[in-house]
Amino acid sequence: MASLWQPRTGGLLALAGVVAGLPLILPNAFYYDVAILVGINATVCVGLNLLIGYAGQISLGHAGFFALGAYASAILTGDHGWPPLAALAAGAVGVGVLSFVLAQPILKLKGHYLAMGTLGLGIIISIVLNQEAGLTGGPDGMPVPSLRALGHTVAGEHAWYALVGLVLIVSVWLTLNLIDSPVGRALQAVHGSESAAALTGVDVIRYKVLVFVVSAVLASLAGSLFAHYAGFITPAEASFARSIELVTMVVLGGMASTFGAVVGAAVLTILPQALTAFQDFKMLVFGAVLMGTMIFLRKGLVPTLAGLIRNRMRSGRA
Amino acid sequence: MSADFLQFLFSGITQGACYALVGLGFSIIYNASQVINFAQGEFVMIAGMAAVALIDAGAPFVLALAAGVALTVVVGVALEKFAIEPARNASVVTLIIITIGASIFLRGAAELLGGRGFRSMPAFSGNEPIVIGGAALLPQSLWVLGVTVVIIFALGRFFNSTMHGKAMLATAYNPVMAQLMGINTRLVLSLSFALAALLGGIAGVLIAPLSLTYSTVGVMLGLKGFCAAILGGLGKPMGAIAGGLLVGVSEAMTAGYLSSAYKDAVAFVIILVVLVVLPGGLFGGRSVERV
Amino acid sequence: MHARPSFRWLIAAFTIVALAASAVTASAAEPIRLGAFLAVTGKGAFLGDPEKKTLETYVEKVNGEGGVLGRKVELIVYDTGSEAKEALTFVKRLIEQDKVDAIIGGTSTGETMAVIREVEAAAVPFISLAGGAEIVEPVKKWVFKTPHTDRLAVEKLFTDMKARGLTKIGILSGPGGFDKSCRTNAMALAPAKGLAIVADETHGAGDTDMTPQLTRIKGAPGLQAFLYCGFGAPTSIVAKNVRQIGLGVPHYQTHGSASMSFIQGAEGAAEGVRLPAAALLVVDQLPADHPQKAVATAYRDAYTERYKEPISTFGGHAYDGLFIVLEAIKRAGGTDKAKVRDEIEKTNRFIGADGIFTMSPTDHLGLDTASFVMVEVKDGTWLLLN
Repeated sequence: MASLWQPRTGGLLALAGVVAGLPLILPNAFYYDVAILVGINATVCVGLNLLIGYAGQISLGHAGFFALGAYASAILTGDHGWPPLAALAAGAVGVGVLSFVLAQPILKLKGHYLAMGTLGLGIIISIVLNQEAGLTGGPDGMPVPSLRALGHTVAGEHAWYALVGLVLIVSVWLTLNLIDSPVGRALQAVHGSESAAALTGVDVIRYKVLVFVVSAVLASLAGSLFAHYAGFITPAEASFARSIELVTMVVLGGMASTFGAVVGAAVLTILPQALTAFQDFKMLVFGAVLMGTMIFLRKGLVPTLAGLIRNRMRSGRA
Repeated sequence: MSADFLQFLFSGITQGACYALVGLGFSIIYNASQVINFAQGEFVMIAGMAAVALIDAGAPFVLALAAGVALTVVVGVALEKFAIEPARNASVVTLIIITIGASIFLRGAAELLGGRGFRSMPAFSGNEPIVIGGAALLPQSLWVLGVTVVIIFALGRFFNSTMHGKAMLATAYNPVMAQLMGINTRLVLSLSFALAALLGGIAGVLIAPLSLTYSTVGVMLGLKGFCAAILGGLGKPMGAIAGGLLVGVSEAMTAGYLSSAYKDAVAFVIILVVLVVLPGGLFGGRSVERV
Repeated sequence: MHARPSFRWLIAAFTIVALAASAVTASAAEPIRLGAFLAVTGKGAFLGDPEKKTLETYVEKVNGEGGVLGRKVELIVYDTGSEAKEALTFVKRLIEQDKVDAIIGGTSTGETMAVIREVEAAAVPFISLAGGAEIVEPVKKWVFKTPHTDRLAVEKLFTDMKARGLTKIGILSGPGGFDKSCRTNAMALAPAKGLAIVADETHGAGDTDMTPQLTRIKGAPGLQAFLYCGFGAPTSIVAKNVRQIGLGVPHYQTHGSASMSFIQGAEGAAEGVRLPAAALLVVDQLPADHPQKAVATAYRDAYTERYKEPISTFGGHAYDGLFIVLEAIKRAGGTDKAKVRDEIEKTNRFIGADGIFTMSPTDHLGLDTASFVMVEVKDGTWLLLN
């Protein structure tokens, strides 16, 4: 009984509530579009947060996995006539295998060397996508057919919203379960102190590899969904700037907080749309907001605000 | 054949020197604060854009260069005072995001003040190439190399023979102990940003005649400089210089002998290979993790 | 660090506030609403910035003269930061949120292609400012464009090379879509034109020295001409590098270099470089009876007066896009999208900055090739070649 009312169950229900309730206030397709992009980014960030927040590993190359998923779907469905779900699965399996093979040497690196390793990986993927124009259309990108599965085509904002919302909720659910499993507890030990964790018999590398692969596969799945949704993709999806954007979402929302990752993704996806009012000052304001948030809410939005609310409630009771 | 080789080498060394100067900035700041300053490339951009704007406005050449570098140092110190210092105890990733925010902010400011086009700065000693062994070298490349060598020696002296320099090294080695020894680690932090900005600024005015200046000129240079610093072993200034030269020369050789399409990729492949074989960088030695 | 139950309020409240914050809808007055999405910042800023400035200059001007059909023109510009993905979101915003009557933009081919599906589905007249021929080939009902195609530019270049007896070409291309499109077209057109590509090199984003690639090109057997496909700062760097290593063959670039920044940035190294460009670039050298003379002069004067900077031909694409739409709205007598689309398609002998447009159901560009000229850099400025 007790496990049913764990805090995370409440969080998951709240997320489901938000996803279900949002359509009541979304006035038009543009808002749906932003919400769908939030969902796709959040799915990547939930996975990336496992790596950054729980395993304490920085990846500056996750956009590469996202783009590989997107291009696997685009090329296999568009040029080879694969069913979209098969292409999506093939992309995910491919990225899973790739990340598994690469994880062993890369995850032996520590701190900033790991950042550099993943950064290099992401940039290599980006360069290949740009150069192999015969396959990928080069920098101008390539079109992607619609998502068809079980005789139905996912079309229109509402269908996409429902699909992406569902994928996000399932991803969050899986993530929360992973965190609460023995693996998750071992991971937190890794984050606390790798050497100490190793001493107590935790197979540090194995867990790090597992989390790396899970986060890469989630990114690939989100990439496939994005490709079908947008109908057009460019190698910019694999760019360093995009990798940085994903990491920023996780950190901004709050590391080691799954819902923080969702909130971070929402804020950074919505912010550019909200900042159009600033016209030429857009970049200036964006940079300032990023700096300001991290300086004053250094643990990230969700943990900081949650801490504030807890304090308020405690002092209210006293 | 050998003339070609020399041409590639000249190109590689000039590029490498630029990467090295940027990489040095990464190393110096990392030593003082464990922060990876992703706004390092923007220092290069600010100095170049400011100097060009002043030259266009009619300022004397040398004065414009000095003012461009000085402005960069001011920006560097301001960045430390207003963005890094207040977040002193934040996690390393948080600090990285702050510097990324700063780099976006600085690019935005540069676009507003300096426009979105690109501009050139006149070369210091003209554009007449010097032909050596059949390869053509621009006088500006000699400036880049000469100043880099001077900086290397000056930095060596600074770190080994001055109080401030020694304080910075001590802080890098063990911040807590340094503080106990009476070293003002806050001052060291400011100093490291000032020094990194100075190096970035000097690199900026040196390469502006070669690279031209525009608001995003520092993005790729910053990235390659980071590669240089990592390759040489983060926090090892001489390593950053070696790393920069290695990246620059390997890029030029790849473009010259193999494929220009995958030139950039090859640099990153080298880094991946080096990191896997020597996880602490070329000059990192064996690192001992503090528990 | 698990999420606590109190979070649900936080998340819900935050999401609602954030979304509602940008939900400011304009008043229900009756202006003509034109939407634009341009690469005002980022790697395409070199093109998108003058496009934005041109649109703003002329919308002000049109409104100062009483608007169109007695209605003011309202311009909404979004900056894509040169990202195709942003382009799609902004186009949805223009259509769904801002309810624009027509859309101008897509500075690059990638940004344009990314939004075509959306524009076609929403049935909104759309004029692209990008060079790729695939934008209007095959013809898409709602999609038009104003710049000459990249293919035409390469044809122009090859014709000039052929006339000078240059048949062995070395190509260097940059990393962008424009660069690659130029290279692809050159590869495809060369055999038909009787030219041979003897060297094919590329450079990366943010590269500051192309001498290794140029050295390779210099060593290509029988090299007779050099073509650089790219835009922005690399155009000047390449010119300087060519001078540095003494390439020694005629040097060609593309319309991507058609701005004074290229000449100034190259510091004398651009002398003798030839490129194809809209006649707008050499407006003063056009004969007095040239049909474009008046329009191009007026555009040049208006732009330089407003922004105190020399024109590039890129702003001209936006000028043409804007007035093709406004003329169509005039002829349609209102902003009914289907009627405006039909009228755009019927554009007949519209004299613009890029040339003279005559569109048809099979040609959504409809631009004459005569106004696309070859120019050479001479004494620090453009010289019109015959």
